[in-house]
Amino acid sequence: MSDGLIRAAHDVLIVGGGGAGLRAAIAIAETNPQLDVAVISKVYPMRSHTVSAEGGAAGVIADDDSIDEHIYDTISGSDWLGDQDAIEAFVNEAPRELLQLEHWGCPWSRQPNGHVAVRAFGGMKKKRTWFAADKTGFHMLHSLFQTTLKYREVTRHDEWFVTKLLVDDGRVHGVVAVDLFSGKIQAITAKSVVLCTGGCGKVFPFTTNANINTGDGMSLAYRAGAPLKDMEFVQYHPTGLPFTGILITEATRAEGGWLLNKDGYRYLQDYDLGKPTPTPELRSMELGPRDRLSQAFVHEVEKGRTADSPWGPIVHLDLRHLGADLIDTKLPFVRELCLKYERIDPVHELIPVRPVVHYMMGGVHTDIDGATPLAGLYAAGETACVSINGANRLGSNSLPECLVFGARAGRAAAEFATTAGPVPAAIEAQAADEVRRLERDLLGKDSEGESTSAIRDEMQATMEDAAGIYRTGPAIAKGLDTLRELQERIGKVGIADTSRSFNTELLAALELANMLDIGECMLQSALQREESRGAHQRTDFPDRDDQRFLTHQLVHRNDDGTPRVESLPVTITRWPPGERVYGR
Amino acid sequence: MPSNPGSNPGSNSGSIRLQVTRYRPESDSEPRFQEYDVPLRKEWTVLDGLNHVKNEVDTTLSFRWSCRMGICGSCGMNVNGDPKLTCAAFLDDYAPGPIRVEPLANFPVVRDLVVDINDFMEKLPRVKPWIIRDDDALLDGDGEIDGEYLQTPEELDAYKQFSMCINCMLCYAACPVYGLDPEFMGPAAIALAERYDLDSRDHGARERLDVLIEHEGVWGCTFVGECTRVCPNHVDPAGAIQRYKVKAAKENVMAFLLPRGAR
Repeated sequence: MSDGLIRAAHDVLIVGGGGAGLRAAIAIAETNPQLDVAVISKVYPMRSHTVSAEGGAAGVIADDDSIDEHIYDTISGSDWLGDQDAIEAFVNEAPRELLQLEHWGCPWSRQPNGHVAVRAFGGMKKKRTWFAADKTGFHMLHSLFQTTLKYREVTRHDEWFVTKLLVDDGRVHGVVAVDLFSGKIQAITAKSVVLCTGGCGKVFPFTTNANINTGDGMSLAYRAGAPLKDMEFVQYHPTGLPFTGILITEATRAEGGWLLNKDGYRYLQDYDLGKPTPTPELRSMELGPRDRLSQAFVHEVEKGRTADSPWGPIVHLDLRHLGADLIDTKLPFVRELCLKYERIDPVHELIPVRPVVHYMMGGVHTDIDGATPLAGLYAAGETACVSINGANRLGSNSLPECLVFGARAGRAAAEFATTAGPVPAAIEAQAADEVRRLERDLLGKDSEGESTSAIRDEMQATMEDAAGIYRTGPAIAKGLDTLRELQERIGKVGIADTSRSFNTELLAALELANMLDIGECMLQSALQREESRGAHQRTDFPDRDDQRFLTHQLVHRNDDGTPRVESLPVTITRWPPGERVYGR
Repeated sequence: MPSNPGSNPGSNSGSIRLQVTRYRPESDSEPRFQEYDVPLRKEWTVLDGLNHVKNEVDTTLSFRWSCRMGICGSCGMNVNGDPKLTCAAFLDDYAPGPIRVEPLANFPVVRDLVVDINDFMEKLPRVKPWIIRDDDALLDGDGEIDGEYLQTPEELDAYKQFSMCINCMLCYAACPVYGLDPEFMGPAAIALAERYDLDSRDHGARERLDVLIEHEGVWGCTFVGECTRVCPNHVDPAGAIQRYKVKAAKENVMAFLLPRGAR
């Protein structure tokens, strides 16, 4: 192949360097050290959004806990949409993965006797959430990243943005990517590819997610012919800071914080979540699941019992009774964030909060080993949907999900790479086409075209109107129409920046195109799910409908670019569908 | 960031001027400044101001940012000459302005406000920032992990401060020694070496000392303390460097007194 077109050839290429991607890389380096493994990411690995996770990582370790209880909490939390075989594997492997991270230096908070400490978390019946104060994701990510540095066989392509998966004859052979530093567009071939690009909160206007969370991996998979699964399920975290959307961790409530309406009333008691007690009760009130808490907020708004802020209605998170010592020991980052971004001190003042888009339960459809239906393509972490989260993820299950399924996907991709044949010649032509597309359609374009930020603003507003905490069929259908108009307009986007070096305007346009695809998949799935389950609440179909919808929805891309939704049975093993009960 | 900061309902008290470094390697022989007036809002950071420019005024301005909550370490820039995370530098703290926004000092500039930090990325592995064990403790018969290494809260506290580094590079931008001597390992890398040395689970202090004792590892530092002053997470790299100098000095005395085999 010609030198200029191909930058590198690897056995396994991991796209994304957050928790799942780095765990996959180490798994491959440890199990198949002879393989050439590389991590490609649009940011340096330690900038990945795993860094922002605060509260903790669930794994059964306490004497009074059991594997079955974590499984049941996760299944009932998922409103029975999670696959029970996947959940069982996840719960079984999570403690080992968290211990592995302990051996790699993660500074887990400890008990006085030196053992790892665990805290309560929403929807969990036992204390099983490991934590590193309230910077758990930061410590996990840096421990993983620093540990990868000892594996010389792990190559990195830092600050490269992947634009396309190269696929021939039903098999993935690598990617085309832009080097942000130089602007060079090149192919990187691989025998297998693992997508670990995180979530896509930036599809919405108000999100805890970072600027980089634009669903790139989901879009890459979708365009390459791998379906997305359960995309209608979007998690609103109940406690974000009103202007910035910065997350205030659920650990605040696990440590005893209360949610109060404008009258100082613990309103969750009115929503079948239990009775208020002075100290936290597990699976009750403020320790209910996120979907139910965010829904309760909307009802408080309707009742006129929320307070006003310049950014809309808010409620209050009260930590004052916890005291400065506990807050400084277990929630120091929360105090720092409140002081910095709200100019209030939670030791003495109420924290204003409102629900905020936080997490995608859906993602690239994979099996229990991270394999997608497209040969050679794997996915793990928030990008993927195995599914263990179903219709609603429990807090502190996503960090161990990155570890368990990152490791599984890495091992499976390594295994595939050892049996895969050479890269076919057709791939070079395909890569050359993609390079030409980017050169001609984007960089060579008239700068007077449509504005990326204007289209992005409209997309985000559309998604909030159509796919908020409560949804209706007509609003979703209207949102789909708008997204299709925006897809036309993105085709005419103008790039005023003619520089090759670090062209973030080009990057933003490519990310926006990815998000428009994903938004369309979310709305199409939401339209077709005519029931209410977990985080997907349809006011025109207010009940759960197990007859019609105890099923996953897969979104495939038709040849004309439109989405097609098909259903896939949920795997039920030992836990037949039942009522979700909290606080009673 | 709200989707459309221009229509944000927050308090507004006029505007403030940003003087921003622009540099395109293909066309500019050297950096220049460009001025932008942005709304002066109580809630807005310098980063919000830059995003306002990017979205509404001049789409060609390039800078890195991501989490906007002070933890990813992407958005460090020199603000009025001082290295800052721009997501945590509020516009009204600089009122009435103007505010000079430049790329982090001491690094090559790639483009506009984007600097090349590959020197740090290459130095970091040299200090071996990972747990080094001289045993395979706590593995069961199948090589699976069997329990955690115990570590008391006091043992955790011993290194915790040095584990808070987000690699934001503000300390390198503030360090006069790194500016003059690029061979100097630099504050963050040395702080991370110390982080592992002080971790009760680690046995790698000897190996790291061997790296840092050589060449310009720690000796370059003249203890200016700027790194500790600018650190957004109170890591105290200057303290770490000082500790290493003491360790290295002891090592030199021992080397003088005893042949290598006896150490």
